[in-house]
Amino acid sequence: MPAPPAVAVDGVSKTFRLPHERVHTLKERALHPLRRMGHEAFPALKDVSFAVDHGEFFGIVGRNGSGKSTLLKCLAGIYAADRGRIYVNGRMSTFIELGVGFNNDLPARDNVMINATMLGLSPREAKRRYDAVIDFAELREFEDLKLKNYSSGMEVRLAFSVMMQVDAEVLLIDEVLAVGDASFQQKCFDEFARIRREGKTVLLVTHDMGNVQRFCDRAMLLERGSIVEIGEPDRVASRYLELNFNSGDVEATREEADAGRYGDGRGEIVEAWFQNEAGERVQTVPGGGGRLVICFRARFHETVEDPLFGVVLADDRGTPVFEASNLLEGPSGTFEAGEETTIRIAFENVLSSGRYEMTPAIARGGSGVAWIDRRERLASVVVTAARSTDAVLDVPFDLEVGERERR
Amino acid sequence: MSAAEASLGRQIKGPSAVGSDPRRFWHLTRALAVTEFKLRFFGSVLGYAWQVMRPLLLFGVLYVLFTQVIDVGNDVPRYGVALLLGLVLYTFFSEATSTAVSSIVDRENLVRKIEFPRLAVPLSVVLTALFNLGLNLCVVVVFLLASGGSVRWTWLELIPLVGLLTVLASGVAMLVSALFVRARDIKPIWDVVLQVLFYASPIFYAIETVQESAPSWVAKLLMLNPFAAILQQARHAMIDPQYQTAAQAIGPDWRLIIPLGISFGVFALGYAVFRRAAPRLAEDL
Repeated sequence: MPAPPAVAVDGVSKTFRLPHERVHTLKERALHPLRRMGHEAFPALKDVSFAVDHGEFFGIVGRNGSGKSTLLKCLAGIYAADRGRIYVNGRMSTFIELGVGFNNDLPARDNVMINATMLGLSPREAKRRYDAVIDFAELREFEDLKLKNYSSGMEVRLAFSVMMQVDAEVLLIDEVLAVGDASFQQKCFDEFARIRREGKTVLLVTHDMGNVQRFCDRAMLLERGSIVEIGEPDRVASRYLELNFNSGDVEATREEADAGRYGDGRGEIVEAWFQNEAGERVQTVPGGGGRLVICFRARFHETVEDPLFGVVLADDRGTPVFEASNLLEGPSGTFEAGEETTIRIAFENVLSSGRYEMTPAIARGGSGVAWIDRRERLASVVVTAARSTDAVLDVPFDLEVGERERR
Repeated sequence: MSAAEASLGRQIKGPSAVGSDPRRFWHLTRALAVTEFKLRFFGSVLGYAWQVMRPLLLFGVLYVLFTQVIDVGNDVPRYGVALLLGLVLYTFFSEATSTAVSSIVDRENLVRKIEFPRLAVPLSVVLTALFNLGLNLCVVVVFLLASGGSVRWTWLELIPLVGLLTVLASGVAMLVSALFVRARDIKPIWDVVLQVLFYASPIFYAIETVQESAPSWVAKLLMLNPFAAILQQARHAMIDPQYQTAAQAIGPDWRLIIPLGISFGVFALGYAVFRRAAPRLAEDL
């Protein structure tokens, strides 16, 4: 018989009843005995099934309200699932929040004991591991200090250390990674790598696709309580970005675009899109090289001589990334009423991950700018890069560390 | 559960009142109670002394009032210590139950963030109150010996009596803490109940005084209250054998079943209500 999975989830559903009007007092009940509390059923999880193997690092991703936290709470046993079954093999610990039960008025020692007990250690085990906790947190010199005198970073370090010492075989973690200073984060990542090597099972709920791609063996994307995608972290991350940037707000984007539309009506931009090297229209492209093509189609209603075609590409914060036009390329010729043309601007895709929007425009040449049609943020593309960077561009580079020299 | 299902491991069924591991339940309850106890008078100059001072201050006022101004206590044997014992036991019951009312809501950050046997929360409150009762009983002993009382074997009766009072307090604690999550006016209601209990129990008067000055059924009715019965028996056992036993005060012995039944009944009811509410506490908060 094959070994059972570390975590098996079978058809789990969870519906919250959200009362329309919260009746909190008996008086309200007594005054309105006939008024039943109206309930709105909010299905947070719909028939979710999956299994996680021993030693797997499993990512659970999804947008706000997609049900990922509810799922984690069901797994942790904080919520009771309405339907379906959840099985766990091995000792499990939940880290929905760091430092559960921490009290500001007590010194580190007491807090470690309380926290460790909450997480499932017996007082004796907690006492035995106390030194390891303090050493990992590098807080030996502050161990008698009350928690309220700790800096937030120190508090986080302490909490994280306890969590690492609990020795669970299955860990449920909810976005507690993005805390602490850089060196501590690195320490946590190292610790995660160690946990992985030790063959522990981790279920990580996160927003950060960088972490998913960096740590996870497999990931699962939730949307409105259902599984959308489950498998390779890269694929799930792409789906997540796609979902995040493209779903639902297409209409809103179009309206916004119309609001930002200028022109005298001699011509119009009919549509705009991105396409890849192969000429396929794309909404998502992988980052890290390859050519990306910005395309838009223009139609003329009157005769226009030597129109200018241009485009501005901006990131989702509105910062222009680059502009391209035929201003310096020489005359484009005369277009008669009823004629159409497609403009293609191909460029080396050095964009880092994120969403980019194009604002195409047609204008009349000559002095000053006279818009024929300019449509703000008409189309967008999501770049999913494996490498996570805060910069807009991810330009290929060579980095070389020189020979060691003594002066 | 079939064999195939059993091989899948432990099934996660959501939060419960007690959980599957009694040791963990006890560790948690104790950890919560000890923390609460440490924090109670944290930062105050006198520290734990305040825990003892509280009933003592009330005692001082009531003692002067009922011996010097209104003549309630002068015919009663060792009135001072009897009053103090009453106050100490009442303080325990009132502290345990009134703190328990909002305990689940106060511990929201735990309940919503981690899986643990939910019953640990209200019971830890009772346990903290029990620690305080221990301290206060030491003061009672000091007063008792100072006022000429002697150490007697019957003092041991205090252990089952406090145990019974703890059963009653725990029952109420479970009941009110579970109900409070959904109906917030349990708190004012319970405050009134405690007030009534204070005057309806022979704390600052003796049940013997009631028997002399009121129709005989009044005293018997008062003794149906389990707190009154426990206190009466404690006075008999600890302060002075001149005090009637609870059985004598209530009439025929069999009537003791009523206060006993109420205590265990409240416990059973509280447990049943809490157990039903436990799985959804995190959502209802």
